[in-house]
Amino acid sequence: MLAGVAVEALHNVNQTRYSPRAMQPQPSLTDLISDVANRRDREAFALLFDHFAPRLKSYFFKLGVSDQAAEDFVQEVMLTVWRKAELFDSAQAGVSTWIFTIARNKRIDAIRRERRPEIDPEDPAIKGDEDPAPDDVVHASQMGDRVRSAVAELPAAQAELVRMSYFEDKSHTVIAEELGLPLGTVKSRIRLAVQRLRGLVGETI
Amino acid sequence: MMTGTMEHTARTPQHHPDSEFLMDYAGGALREPLAVLIATHLSFCGRCRAEVARLEALGGSLMEGLPRERMSAGSLGRLLRRLDREGEEERPMVMDRGDPAVPYPLRPYLARLGSARGGGWANLPWKKRLKDVGEITLLDSFPGFQTRLMRIAGGSAVPAHTHGGMELTLVLEGGFSDSTGQYLPGDVAYADDALSHQPVADEGHDCICLAVTDAPLKLTGPIARLFNPFIRS
Ligand SMILES: [Zn+2]
Repeated sequence: MLAGVAVEALHNVNQTRYSPRAMQPQPSLTDLISDVANRRDREAFALLFDHFAPRLKSYFFKLGVSDQAAEDFVQEVMLTVWRKAELFDSAQAGVSTWIFTIARNKRIDAIRRERRPEIDPEDPAIKGDEDPAPDDVVHASQMGDRVRSAVAELPAAQAELVRMSYFEDKSHTVIAEELGLPLGTVKSRIRLAVQRLRGLVGETI
Repeated sequence: MMTGTMEHTARTPQHHPDSEFLMDYAGGALREPLAVLIATHLSFCGRCRAEVARLEALGGSLMEGLPRERMSAGSLGRLLRRLDREGEEERPMVMDRGDPAVPYPLRPYLARLGSARGGGWANLPWKKRLKDVGEITLLDSFPGFQTRLMRIAGGSAVPAHTHGGMELTLVLEGGFSDSTGQYLPGDVAYADDALSHQPVADEGHDCICLAVTDAPLKLTGPIARLFNPFIRS
């Protein structure tokens, strides 16, 4: 259940649209974000916090920061979610994907102290027209369980490399050094993993 | 008479960075010098933009599957009180820094060099390395990495250089060719110790490239961590 801490902290919020007792279908994460964007809805925000904060804490914890620092980073990520909710575009990415990118950028900025170079999708100078079919990307984000089981079915050595790249801040060159593997071996394992994920979940990944 | 410029030639890159670079970029593990190069390639390449979007969706799915760490009591309450202080602040204007004639991800780095707005590649502070080769160091605070813009006169050979790691080269303008093919704007060439080749800039036009060499020093990681207050020892 999403409720828990959120309901407690919300004792002075009058709306109860998301109360379990209302027996309404549970709002989707996308609904919650748009309520935050459109109405500055704190109850929706608290539910998002309940869902994402423990996972975000896990994400930062895996990067080796202290318990306190992990909590502080979670607060900052969720503050960014509050501030930028109206920039979220459900046609471009799923909510989990969007929040993952905010957490990733926080890690690069605050833990690694680097700038994150990115494209500006609005840049008129941008070239090429094969941007992802939006449905494709959203679909991928909604297939979370299938994607995770696809990763679980990867050979252990490949899954480990994916995990290190996403969650331990180790690029494939660093992984090769740490594991004492030839760079070519790491490269081909990652390529195989990406190909297998494509094969397992179709073109949505 | 031809009036079109290189910038207006719509062309899909034929040489892409390998999946491992796109995964490291999407997941966040790629260090800044290589991330600059990958992001700049993305501004030329819809195919790799789509791949990065899919790899970010993979990151979102994997994050959903992480074990839930218990947040301390009152953390949501503290955050909600922080929202009270937010108010309706002015959102900071996104400043369009730098030269619109160069790909967006490179602009802040070129702005730092003091390039004239609209001046394009020609007005940059090139340092002459050889008769036909100019060079600019873009980032110099990353031990183990070399991040340079190179300008090679049409018809000249790209200088041979040795390094203990690998090198990615992204063509920004003009082109070069070697035994593995022809590289035009947006294309990325990969080279490592196993591959020895001698690229030559195509005739008739200076070739402008971004070249990033990654030859990590063994001690970089641990020492960087020693000085980072957030990392548990
Ligand atoms: Zn590409």
